[in-house]
Amino acid sequence: MARYIVSRFGQMIITMFLVSLLVFFMIRLKGDPITIMAPPHFNEEQVESLRRAWGFDKPLSEQYLVFITKAVTGDFGKSMSHNTPAMDLVVGRLKLTYLLAGVSAIIGILIAVPLGVLSALNRNSWLDVSVSALASLGTAMPNFWLGLMLIIVFSVQLGWFPVFGSDSLRAIVLPATCLGTGMAARLSRLTRSSMLEALRQDYMRTARSKGLKPRRVNVVHALRNALIPVITALGLQLGWLLGGSVVVESVFAWPGLGRLVIESIHVRDITVVQAAVFWFSFSFIMINLIVDLLYSVVDPRVKVE
Amino acid sequence: MKAIVSTLKGRRLTGVGSIGLIIVTVVVILAIIGPYVSPHDPIQHNLKARYKPLGYSDDNGTYILGTDQLGRDIFSRIIAGCRVSVIVSIFAVVIAGSIGVSYGLIAGFVGGWIDQIMMRIADALLSIPFIVLVVAISGVVGAGIFTLILILGFTGWVTYARVTRGEVLVAKELDYVIAATVVGQSKLKIMFQHILPNVMSSAVVLAALQVGVTIIAESSLSFLGLGVQPPSVTWGLMLADGRASIGSAWWMTTFPGIAITVVVLGVVFLGDWMRDVLDPRLRGE
Repeated sequence: MARYIVSRFGQMIITMFLVSLLVFFMIRLKGDPITIMAPPHFNEEQVESLRRAWGFDKPLSEQYLVFITKAVTGDFGKSMSHNTPAMDLVVGRLKLTYLLAGVSAIIGILIAVPLGVLSALNRNSWLDVSVSALASLGTAMPNFWLGLMLIIVFSVQLGWFPVFGSDSLRAIVLPATCLGTGMAARLSRLTRSSMLEALRQDYMRTARSKGLKPRRVNVVHALRNALIPVITALGLQLGWLLGGSVVVESVFAWPGLGRLVIESIHVRDITVVQAAVFWFSFSFIMINLIVDLLYSVVDPRVKVE
Repeated sequence: MKAIVSTLKGRRLTGVGSIGLIIVTVVVILAIIGPYVSPHDPIQHNLKARYKPLGYSDDNGTYILGTDQLGRDIFSRIIAGCRVSVIVSIFAVVIAGSIGVSYGLIAGFVGGWIDQIMMRIADALLSIPFIVLVVAISGVVGAGIFTLILILGFTGWVTYARVTRGEVLVAKELDYVIAATVVGQSKLKIMFQHILPNVMSSAVVLAALQVGVTIIAESSLSFLGLGVQPPSVTWGLMLADGRASIGSAWWMTTFPGIAITVVVLGVVFLGDWMRDVLDPRLRGE
């Protein structure tokens, strides 16, 4: 076990190093990043002094070295529009994005797992067919459009929920429903097929022939095994939720990390964009690490690999 | 590629598959002939007919799906939006597919530490949520159809690379590939003549399914103001217009979204059918 954890941590550090390269070069895709950062009214001299202040006149390798040594301590430089460290802004917004993703994930799991299991147990019934139709619809629908539709029905027409913001507990209902149902569409299919797989196994026949009650067989023997691949997929799904939050937070003006990225892009606040992208992928990598470790606890076969 | 087309031709379409084919065909035709069949000019302002609801008529004719904040016909704009969706998704998918298949082919075929490094790089790219990556890059590089295609193409290849690499690892062990090696054929020849055809059908299926993902990504970016710019007409931009008047003109947000959903559903239906015919192993993924 200890060896597995160590090797997973090693992989994580390599991935983070590569991500840091990506984040570093991302803002240099158009050459000198100063062209993006400098306000349009700046003259040649002012641009030049800004370039020197940011160290963009130095060789690339030196720039990266400075970037990475600061980044590991969480220092991505100052935000140009807020005049505070970029990381402080990111950390300030992080909580709301995690809250939104967490609530969405709970909604997604609560919808997907029961529906997936019921579909598998009643294969080809009307329930199965309608769940799979809904799942197709849910994956084809852009989640931000679903968000707009929810606003029209529940905020504009019925007035049950605020149109945007994060001031009250009720404000999270619509954005979380929007992301959660999208996730449920993806997860319910997987739960169904993995449950079907589990129902076919030999131990199911053994359990039934022992005379155990069908419900007990289904829940204890089938569901527990069926959930293993679902847990693995959860890591990827949470990544999808983090990505989806960028657009959905903009729809609902939810002041999380995703919205910070969009705001910063519009005011060309590059350090904040870098710090935010870095955090997004750090969160994603950490989630997958935790899921993998959990997975190896649930299913001891994994460690062998 | 010929073999793939003839396999597809040989199979009868399922019910869902044929719905997909019909939707995709209609969208592609509209993308080509859109301007000739649309009832109104999609970018012509008509300030007397702003925010008119469904079925509104004036001297210029009927606006069956209503008008937007500048009096432009929603229905004509949805037709016009087909063009951008088709162009962006096809080009982006072709670019991503070519990069990804070559990348996976090389990684899988060469193997060893080169494979390890290449796949680590791919994993790192995957560890940044796709939309976050695309949003950040387009924020730096700028907006517009051309850059959007490049961005979606150069970021969307990782899935192809992973799938292709997996297939190559299997194909490498096939008897006739081993035989070709024994006979002394060159590595390049083995790679292109014996292995590539084996991995193509998975790549084609994946490409079909990725078209849907790309359409949604394009509309998300355009919605955020980071993708296609006005006066080009796209469904994502229409949704952004609709959001601004969400309290009063529900039709502005409803119909472009339905258009996206229907088209993506069509693509997915068609892709699912292709997968069942070409590559049953991929089922359930």
